[in-house]
Amino acid sequence: MSGPATAPDARDIELERSRLTSALAETWRTPSGFLGALATVDHKIIGRRYIFTAFIFLSLGGVLAALMRIQLAQPEARLLGPDRYNQIFTMHGANMMFLFAVPVMEAVAVYLVPLMVGTRNIAFPRLNAFSYWIYLAGGMLLWIAFALDMAPDVGWFAYVPLSGPQYGAGKRADIWAQMITFTELSALAVAVELIVTIFKQRAPGMTLDRIPVFVWAMLVTSFLVIMAMPAIVVASSSLILDRLVGTHFYNPAEGGDVLLWQHLFWFFGHPEVYIIFLPAAGMVSTMIEPFARRPAFGYLPLVMALIATGILAFGLWVHHMFVVGLPRLGDSFFTASSMAIAIPASIQVFCWLATLWDGKPVFKAPLLFIIGFIVTFVIGGLTGVMVASVPFDTQVHDTYFVVAHFHYVLIGGAVFPLLGAIHYWFPKITGKMMSESLGRSSFWLIFIGFNATFFPMHILGLQGMPRRIYTYQPDLPWHGLNLFVSLSAIFLTIGFLLFFVNAISSLRGGVTASDNPWDAPTLEWATTSPPPSYNFALIPVVGGLHPVWENRDTLSVADGLRSDRRELLVTSLATSEPQVREASPQHSIWPLWAALATTVMLIWSIFSPWAVVWGSIPVAIALIGWFWPKGTPEDEA
Amino acid sequence: MIRHVRTACHCAVLAALLAGCGGWQSVLEPHGVSAISLRHLIILIVAVCSVVWMLVMIALIAALWRNRDNSPASPGPQNERRMTIAVTGAAIATVLMISTFTIMSFFATRALSVAGPDDLTIRVRGLQWWWDAEYIGPDPSQRFETANEIHIPVGRNVRLKLEGLDVIHSFWVPSLAGKQDLIPGRPNELTIRAERAGVYRGQCAEFCGMQHAHMALLVFVETQDDFDRWANAQRRDAIQPAAEEIAAGLQTFLAKPCAACHTIRGTAAGGTTGPDLTHVGSRRTIAAGLFETTRGSLSAWTADPQTIKPGNNMPMVPLTPDELRAVSAYLASLK
Repeated sequence: MSGPATAPDARDIELERSRLTSALAETWRTPSGFLGALATVDHKIIGRRYIFTAFIFLSLGGVLAALMRIQLAQPEARLLGPDRYNQIFTMHGANMMFLFAVPVMEAVAVYLVPLMVGTRNIAFPRLNAFSYWIYLAGGMLLWIAFALDMAPDVGWFAYVPLSGPQYGAGKRADIWAQMITFTELSALAVAVELIVTIFKQRAPGMTLDRIPVFVWAMLVTSFLVIMAMPAIVVASSSLILDRLVGTHFYNPAEGGDVLLWQHLFWFFGHPEVYIIFLPAAGMVSTMIEPFARRPAFGYLPLVMALIATGILAFGLWVHHMFVVGLPRLGDSFFTASSMAIAIPASIQVFCWLATLWDGKPVFKAPLLFIIGFIVTFVIGGLTGVMVASVPFDTQVHDTYFVVAHFHYVLIGGAVFPLLGAIHYWFPKITGKMMSESLGRSSFWLIFIGFNATFFPMHILGLQGMPRRIYTYQPDLPWHGLNLFVSLSAIFLTIGFLLFFVNAISSLRGGVTASDNPWDAPTLEWATTSPPPSYNFALIPVVGGLHPVWENRDTLSVADGLRSDRRELLVTSLATSEPQVREASPQHSIWPLWAALATTVMLIWSIFSPWAVVWGSIPVAIALIGWFWPKGTPEDEA
Repeated sequence: MIRHVRTACHCAVLAALLAGCGGWQSVLEPHGVSAISLRHLIILIVAVCSVVWMLVMIALIAALWRNRDNSPASPGPQNERRMTIAVTGAAIATVLMISTFTIMSFFATRALSVAGPDDLTIRVRGLQWWWDAEYIGPDPSQRFETANEIHIPVGRNVRLKLEGLDVIHSFWVPSLAGKQDLIPGRPNELTIRAERAGVYRGQCAEFCGMQHAHMALLVFVETQDDFDRWANAQRRDAIQPAAEEIAAGLQTFLAKPCAACHTIRGTAAGGTTGPDLTHVGSRRTIAAGLFETTRGSLSAWTADPQTIKPGNNMPMVPLTPDELRAVSAYLASLK
């Protein structure tokens, strides 16, 4: 791509600063107006949109949780019947896993990774726009189905035969399976974008051992997505085929196997947990530095732990199946591998503790969320070790003990860091500080409310309360604790409301942030807050792991990119040496059309297999529009 | 010293919490051999993990407490070295703990299988949303079927052959043993032995559809004599009705669609899709643990099964009030 030299004024090389920034602003501008917003390929706009949408889904999922807690507060309550309750707990799980937890981590990465590695846009920006639209469409499909009383009611794990053609009546399970397909498309697209961005678009000098830990976490996560998703693609496609065209993949009467579903589902479903946790761990390693006021202890062990977790994540899906009657020796192997994953997790915890130990902690809201994370995540990790033991698991599997365990891992291990991250990167994204006092209040409400809500569930599980029951009889000893849990959930809810109030009011009337309000060391703080459309006027050159701390006054920069066309600097994989200048695509409306055409095809295919044939035509048209080559002056030269 | 006190306090709180747990469906009140050994394992692991959590919390508090002054941090090579040693030590301790748990868990799994020959075999089948139990004797005349209630003799090894007939269910009586799934096309087995007489409740643990919440069963653990008496009574055909209303109930039962789904041995009713009702009046509960068996609850259930337990597979059979009274009287008489 590196073409012959063109007119010197097109390059950033000799331009004076103000002419350069105005030229870049013009080049990287998102067209104004509604159509411009729909056509944008700016990773920051898409990332913001993505984060906002994920939080909307979080709130909706929270409303469902509140409904379930009201229903369970009393034995034999009649607020929700079994049909609605089963839809609600299925929606809650599917929504939180597929529409909130995974997408929000991708969303934050879509915003941050290009800034953290010092480039101007994510790789494949149109694919990025497409992945957001397809995610939005998948989420809307699920919620519209819910509004129409057609939501899936077979659990977020959709075990066959319950979700199969014989027992899953109507279109509910099909909607679940298709929603999965939307998520797969979106997640795979983002994973590819992130891997290429991280491997090929890092700032010059950002060698492998100078990549911020969050970026490493997203790299490992993206590989997990790419390796785990095919299993669920196979699983959900076979389910759709069983339901729509009468295959018998999961029908034991015709030679199928119901356990095939569980193996495929958990081969994806367990790494899914780490797809959620690893980015959060990366956020903690990154955020802890400015608040401990020292570099994170143990860069190498932290990164190695991420990679080890990523590898081990694929070796322990069977611990979801300890009571299905697999051979005992196999169970023991999966006990060992499930327990082993506690080792990299604990190494990370020890490194964070060491960082705090040697640092000078600054008790701002993000650090509070990190502390809350350590307190709760360690409990979740330890109960994880417990359920990894086969005999232990035969008693607690599918009880409220497990509900408690994975909420400690997912809320404690991922949502706490995420909320801290929102406080931390809010000034970067919006240019405004979030209110510190509201941040602290919401932290304490969420922390206390969370523990009061979920800790008693451990005991409920040991007292024999199964999961996924819409009611229970008064002669069972669960009533008191359930009432307590439901009342505690009120505090948790108020805490989250306060967090949203804080975000919205700070956006409107918050204190204007300086470019680097936390004195943070990573590259995203080397540009203005919020960053300009082109991210960096000149591409920074990195000489260490903490570029902003190491060069407090001026970061050295690389020049030579054109200012009149969208260009990125492509660097070598390991040593990050500049290789070529690469054109970055213009805004385009075609990703939106492609997403709409794909949506029509996927929803139509719930009703007819022919949708795959006829529905692919508009998709093909949209893709041709998307990829239609446009001549550039340089090509013509 | 403080560390020991804190640990002790924590253990005391934990013990109090665990002691507070009660009920006839609890992991923490075991009455079967495997449930008892599981409780030992659970308490041990929970105690060790609580200590570990306390240690991490002490380290966290100390880390936050020790540098509260506002001076800038000064990381030095000496600190780094010390921290490397501490982190390595903690990681090695983790590896040791994890390995111990793994080995413990392996041996606990082996110890779980109840030793000795089986004294009794019961085929337990899970359906949406009730349990079918078939007692398989040494010869075919000994076999009989019951539903939602299992009687077993105390101190004997009982082998349960578990089969899922429609979707996946999970057999779980926490006071007696850990759970085991019932999977269509993949029969499983579980051997239980109860150490104490009593009634223990169990509940389906795998989500199985609309009425998953109402798929309970009762296990009656009795002395061998009581068990034999019960089993002999169960083997007998249903009592022939003597009173007029009860006889009318049988006639209605046979004339209406009831007999298409339910079996009452000794009568023409031979349906197999619903529970065997031969001795339904002798069972403590109906509708898989939902109500106590009384003439009133039988009547309510027969009149409107869909409102009582929405989604279950029993259709509403239109009956006149007289027919309903007669049928419920008949069913209640089936002791």
